[in-house]
Amino acid sequence: MKKEDVPQHSGNLQNGVKEIQYAVDEKGNYTQVKSVGWKPKNDALKQAVNLIDELIEDARQQVISGNKSPVFFYMHLKQMDYSILKQYTGFSKIRIKKHCRNKAFNNPDNNILKKYAECFGITVEQLKTVPQEPVKSLDYNFNFKLENNQTD
Amino acid sequence: MNKIIDFKHGQAAHCENGVTSNLLNFYGIKLSEPMIFGIGSGLFFSYMPFIKMNGIPVTSFRPLPGVIFKRVTKRLGIEVKVQKFNNQNKSMLELNRLLDQGIPVGMVVGVYDLTYFPPAYRFRFNAHNIIGTGYENNNYFISDPVMEDIEKLSKEDLLKNRFAKGTYRPKGKMYYIKNLPENSETENAVKKAIKHTCKDMLTIPIPFFGLKGITTLANQIEKWPQKLGEKKAKLYLGQIVRMQEEIGTGGAGFRFMYAAFLQEAGKLLNDPNLYESSKQMTLTGDRWRDFGVLAGRIFKQREKSENAYSEAANILRDIRIKEEKVFKDLQKIIKA
Repeated sequence: MKKEDVPQHSGNLQNGVKEIQYAVDEKGNYTQVKSVGWKPKNDALKQAVNLIDELIEDARQQVISGNKSPVFFYMHLKQMDYSILKQYTGFSKIRIKKHCRNKAFNNPDNNILKKYAECFGITVEQLKTVPQEPVKSLDYNFNFKLENNQTD
Repeated sequence: MNKIIDFKHGQAAHCENGVTSNLLNFYGIKLSEPMIFGIGSGLFFSYMPFIKMNGIPVTSFRPLPGVIFKRVTKRLGIEVKVQKFNNQNKSMLELNRLLDQGIPVGMVVGVYDLTYFPPAYRFRFNAHNIIGTGYENNNYFISDPVMEDIEKLSKEDLLKNRFAKGTYRPKGKMYYIKNLPENSETENAVKKAIKHTCKDMLTIPIPFFGLKGITTLANQIEKWPQKLGEKKAKLYLGQIVRMQEEIGTGGAGFRFMYAAFLQEAGKLLNDPNLYESSKQMTLTGDRWRDFGVLAGRIFKQREKSENAYSEAANILRDIRIKEEKVFKDLQKIIKA
């Protein structure tokens, strides 16, 4: 790849950070070139972020319909799964799965709630409900708005 | 309480290369990122359908995390110390103790709680590398190769990342340089490294690694639309492009970086044949980019033709043929 061909397709994905790419200059020597992004790469990253958001929304719906407890929602919101949650809380996977079922979470022990809240970085009050509207993980967790409608 | 080491931060494409290059540079060993990558035999390919992350098979363009640093220091005869911790408090005391002595410290961390990182990059990925270069009150100074300048990170956030949970838990892992050799022979290290990479790419007798892995991936991609359905096939394809471009490869799954290495190696060993290999490697990199463009068109639904997956597979087959020639040539060049 030639230096002048290094793609500069900005999305806001890199948040202003330019990445190093390697390309050849007019004399054929390799050199570092900074890039603001490349479209296929930007799209692949957005695809991954959107997949996470889909899982979060699916989890939120399952809590609203009474199938799952808020623990299940926050687990997805914080990009965790049962095994990560197990490592953070020390609870067994079986227990966590139980806590993720709605019925098992009707009268939870306050210490258990505290542990989950701490692990998710939220308050115990927050842990008792889920947001009314769909949320985007980057927005909710890092106050960052992904531009999804990048023009070609 | 503060301690700030006078540390020259250099941005790099890839974190482990960058950390290694910056650490060595601090001790007066000036090697570029491509040289570090090459000497560490950092180029690799594996496609492992039997290991899945978030339900998607793992494709990788590099060896396991930590391998590049290990190989580079070993091949250059540099003595290093690597530590892991069970006790979080101890891990910070030890970090401070070294910083107080003016020793920059490499650390393996998660990125989810790296507050200075681009938010869209904050996944639960635990094999990132950074260097601690000092502290001031409750903040640490961090040389992170992804970033353009030295960043600040609070003690709490540093701890969270050093003891992040999930796949590849870093367990507070840190490393630093203890002793330098009296004279290190870069030329020999380069030759040894090229041999190693050729062997990795050409001869591993399992069809998931090296060039055989590329063929396996090509054969599977063709089947994805029928086997997995459209949605999953697109996710699988997107994941390859992410590994190829997003994880700090410097473009085209490290092919351009390796071509840059071969060029520098040609200069060092005074062997014009290596320049030619570098050019050929650049061409395979361009083909990886073609693959990325086509894959991107497929998963963004701009490419609707049914043959698109076969076309993508054929690009990979072409890459395999081209790379096979490069590595076979390299074997001959290094032997001569």
